[in-house]
Amino acid sequence: MQPGDELEPLRITPDKYLTVRYAGASGDFNPIHIDEEFAHEVGLPGRILHGLYTMAQVARAQTDSGGGPASLKRLSVQFRGMGVPEVELTVTGTVTEVREDGTVVTESSCEQDRKRIIRNAEAELRLER
Amino acid sequence: MPVNTAAIGKTFAPATYAVGREKIREYAHAVGETNPLHLDVDAARAGGYDDVVAPPMFAVVYCLPSVWPALFDEEIGIDFGHMVHGGQEFEWGPVVVAGEEITTTTSLKDASERRGNGLFVFESVSVNPAGDTVCTGLWTNIVRGG
Repeated sequence: MQPGDELEPLRITPDKYLTVRYAGASGDFNPIHIDEEFAHEVGLPGRILHGLYTMAQVARAQTDSGGGPASLKRLSVQFRGMGVPEVELTVTGTVTEVREDGTVVTESSCEQDRKRIIRNAEAELRLER
Repeated sequence: MPVNTAAIGKTFAPATYAVGREKIREYAHAVGETNPLHLDVDAARAGGYDDVVAPPMFAVVYCLPSVWPALFDEEIGIDFGHMVHGGQEFEWGPVVVAGEEITTTTSLKDASERRGNGLFVFESVSVNPAGDTVCTGLWTNIVRGG
């Protein structure tokens, strides 16, 4: 990988019940993710995706391009806006730097419906050589 | 909103999580992982691992038993109904595989008021049975002020 190289874009559409499965898998049962009525009561448009699910998609875009789970050494994200089920997520990223020790630095974002729900995601990858 | 800065540095009792094979597979399916290292024991062993490999973001699963009580700590006093997850950082060491027990310790690294909102940064440090740090997490939560 060289600076300017783009990661293979990752596209995934979380289905209607994804937030329930992710809640069970992760242990985060905050009702804003799984209870439509509760979400409305606290002023949300409806159930929203877990931020850490969306971050997991950003992580997958790195490990899918970077050589598997052991290659991802650091990932830092800012959550902006809310993701919702049943609308496609797209993760895109670019290599910004390759350090002398071989560490590849990327910057990525995750968009849904042309809004960036994760921006300025910075990752460090260590690739097998 | 008033933020209790006296709680900065407060460290919570460690919590140990036993990483199970089916839990890794359940998590991997939920996030759409397709890499067989996470799903197929034979593929993981062929790759040189003892069992299926946790995806990096599985850190959420083994950290939560330690991080969750910290979020609800009365002394820190986060108003959970007004909390949003502002940012997250993980730094990873060796990968985690099924069968390992991971022990995580969480502390309140910073608490401040910014533009009327409370900003709370928790740090989690997770170690494997060999004593390696497998993950350090920085959890930034924003509590919207009224």
